[in-house]
Amino acid sequence: MPAPHDPMAEIKASFFHECEELLDVLQDGLMAMQNGEEDSETINVIFRAVHSIKGGAGAFGLDGLVRFSHRFETVLDALRAGTLAPSADVLRTLLSATDHLADIVELSRDDAPLPETDTLAICDAIDQLIGDPAPKTTHQSDIDFEPEKITLNLDPSDPPKDQAHVPDTTSKIRHFRITFQPFAELFETGNEPAVLLRHLHALGHASTSCDLSDLPPFEKLVPDIPHLRWDITLETQADLAEVQSVFEFVEGLCHLNIELESVSSADPTPAHQSEPPQYRNDTAAPSRPTTGRQVKPGRPTPPVQKPVVRVELDRVERLVNLVGELVINQAMLSQSLDQSGLSPHSDAMHGVEEFQRLTRDIQDSVMMIRAQPVKALFQRMSRIVREASGALGKDVRLRMLGECCEVDKTVIERLADPLTHLIRNAIDHGLEDPATRCAAGKPAQGTITLSAAHRSGRVHIEVGDDGAGIDRPRVRQRAIEKQVIAADAVLSDSDIDALLFLPGFSTAPAVSDLSGRGVGMDVVRTEIQALGGRVSIQSAPGRGTTFSISLPLTLAVLDGMVISVADETLVLPISLVIETLTLTAPDVSLLRPGCHVVRARDGFFPLIDLGHHLGYRPLIETFEGGIVLLVALADGTSAALLIDDIVDQRQVVIKGLDDRFFRAPGIAAATILGDGHIALILDPSDFVSGAFDTPRVPHTAPAPQGEPA
Amino acid sequence: MTRDTEAEPIELLTFKLADQKYALEITSVREIRGSTHATPLPQSPACMKGVINLRGTVLPVIDLGERLGLPPSAHNDRSVIIVVALEDRLTGLLVDAVSDIVTLATDDLRPPPTMSKSSKSMVTALAVIEDKMVRVLDLTATLDDMERPAA
Repeated sequence: MPAPHDPMAEIKASFFHECEELLDVLQDGLMAMQNGEEDSETINVIFRAVHSIKGGAGAFGLDGLVRFSHRFETVLDALRAGTLAPSADVLRTLLSATDHLADIVELSRDDAPLPETDTLAICDAIDQLIGDPAPKTTHQSDIDFEPEKITLNLDPSDPPKDQAHVPDTTSKIRHFRITFQPFAELFETGNEPAVLLRHLHALGHASTSCDLSDLPPFEKLVPDIPHLRWDITLETQADLAEVQSVFEFVEGLCHLNIELESVSSADPTPAHQSEPPQYRNDTAAPSRPTTGRQVKPGRPTPPVQKPVVRVELDRVERLVNLVGELVINQAMLSQSLDQSGLSPHSDAMHGVEEFQRLTRDIQDSVMMIRAQPVKALFQRMSRIVREASGALGKDVRLRMLGECCEVDKTVIERLADPLTHLIRNAIDHGLEDPATRCAAGKPAQGTITLSAAHRSGRVHIEVGDDGAGIDRPRVRQRAIEKQVIAADAVLSDSDIDALLFLPGFSTAPAVSDLSGRGVGMDVVRTEIQALGGRVSIQSAPGRGTTFSISLPLTLAVLDGMVISVADETLVLPISLVIETLTLTAPDVSLLRPGCHVVRARDGFFPLIDLGHHLGYRPLIETFEGGIVLLVALADGTSAALLIDDIVDQRQVVIKGLDDRFFRAPGIAAATILGDGHIALILDPSDFVSGAFDTPRVPHTAPAPQGEPA
Repeated sequence: MTRDTEAEPIELLTFKLADQKYALEITSVREIRGSTHATPLPQSPACMKGVINLRGTVLPVIDLGERLGLPPSAHNDRSVIIVVALEDRLTGLLVDAVSDIVTLATDDLRPPPTMSKSSKSMVTALAVIEDKMVRVLDLTATLDDMERPAA
């Protein structure tokens, strides 16, 4: 939390938070336009986004931000007015301006110096758009605020364009009728109606009446809902734009209607006498008097938006943790009731069942709080694509699928880096340059596909390109050069692909700014693994490469199968268990000493003695009668795990393991059981690959093979 | 630990490991609890005892004697786990017994003679309490580089 002594800092922080959302909206809108949605509402939305950023920046005196967003806004205004057609080039420039705006916002937040040269370059690019042929709507040579540029478009019945061209003859006295009804947001953002009204008064002669008709009786008053509306009649020499500029910073935060009633010449005629100021002061009469022309609140600028609450993540975390404790507690209670010998039809048992159901519901709901669509993440990636493709001179289109897929917030945050790596890699190594593409009969424009989907309790995120695919002979050659593999090693395609994940491994002939230093892929894998996920590669020569990331939906809970091995209790994610079986003698065959296979489901699966493999006990001699779990592995294969017993199936709360000292291979996390003991959660894919001493790709940390403890 | 600050009092928690006295700065100690069964981590280095449940968090426990390369001692019911915090992360250190809390002046701490390269890092200072030498451990060095077991 920011320092409590500085209320401004808090407001400022919330402004920057808002900026992030606005930038998302902006980018969203521009992308929509790229996809052909060029309706006026989209343009309005993006205009408002930039405008709001400018407004807020002005309030905090962030001049650099104001300056740039103002320039940006000018172009968007031209777009809105129809003087600029949203061609692909224009949109590209606007998107890069958006990126730059995001940068400036970030730098302003950190009080860092702004990149003036970049800003100038982008400003030039922007100015080119509305360039010389287009008639400049206003003089905008200077950097200062030009209030008359801003047209309010709150009320469709009040098209701003008409009034924007009110002749600027200052000698005229204009009569405005203004109704102003602030929304709660106006107050929340620190605006003060009195200041606005005072500004109006400064423009000329204004008579203000406050409409109290909506004010409920005191005992029903909810203090944070505004009930007041002001009717103002203003006589001024200022034109409409000037009047509107008073309300510039509260656009969208209030219901505002400004009407130009009449224009009279600047004669000293006291025009306001024709219309006596009405001081309606209907006291809080419960029966609402004749306010027939009640301005309907609502119709706020964005289309129907569900009310949202912004909550500090810490609080949610705490709630999640508490729910986790609740789940553990509930498990303990169930366990002790089970052991108490009560009849399953007793009230207590029914109660516990109900409790269990409620716990699960609560947990699901709490997890939903943390879930967020991956959209925001994908949008960030679109920027990476733009930058990388620009830097490499490749024409790249980003296709996004399943952006609405929801994933735990923490997962999303921690996915940004690995995805960035993957996308840069795809553009740099994956996609060929346009000439090569054309020669191969492919469209010059490369396509990167970013997709997200829910599949069997996990989220699958894929980064695919339609490039040349992995050059396996070269990868192999490189591995031999680096002495990672022996020159005569026999490797399958997927083994070769897996070499890419080795630290310091790069096939790029030249190290570029973007990638090729070989620090990417192993970091990607480590980061994904830290999230309890896995990453795999599919590649077809000439058709492209796809990196698939599979992640748990949440980092907090999982449905687990509680098993016991050598007196230790372990948990296996139930989503991985395909089948459980009891071994009979003919099921197991010896492949070679120390390596058995199990025959099941018309296939052979490697048999792994879990107790031995984890180093809990020596290898078992006879497998007959043993219980085996058939588990699915990340690479699509399966393995059979030999265990001692299946104890239970239940939800377990995932507790992270501090891997600062030591990361146990095959252990994803831990959980606390009903009896207070800790059980480790297994990640079979992590250890099965290293279970046998086949010429496998070495692990990042070559762990000693499990010797009998 | 800055030795420059003159006569600054420093509080140490002393404990026993293989009949030798060791000490940790008390500011890094969060709590002391009895030794319980730790869930072992597979294929872990010998000094890694495993993990225990500390009121809902998973606490890694390190056998400090093993970590320092001392001869193994039979853990009895006086064995305790000292929970220490380093950079907001908690770790349990299994020791044979805790002895006392002593207040010393920083002047009383002497740098250990540099004899061997391997052991110099973990003991930052020596002090004499009741005619016995106490080794003051540097927590950061003790907990860092666990990947490379000292033993």
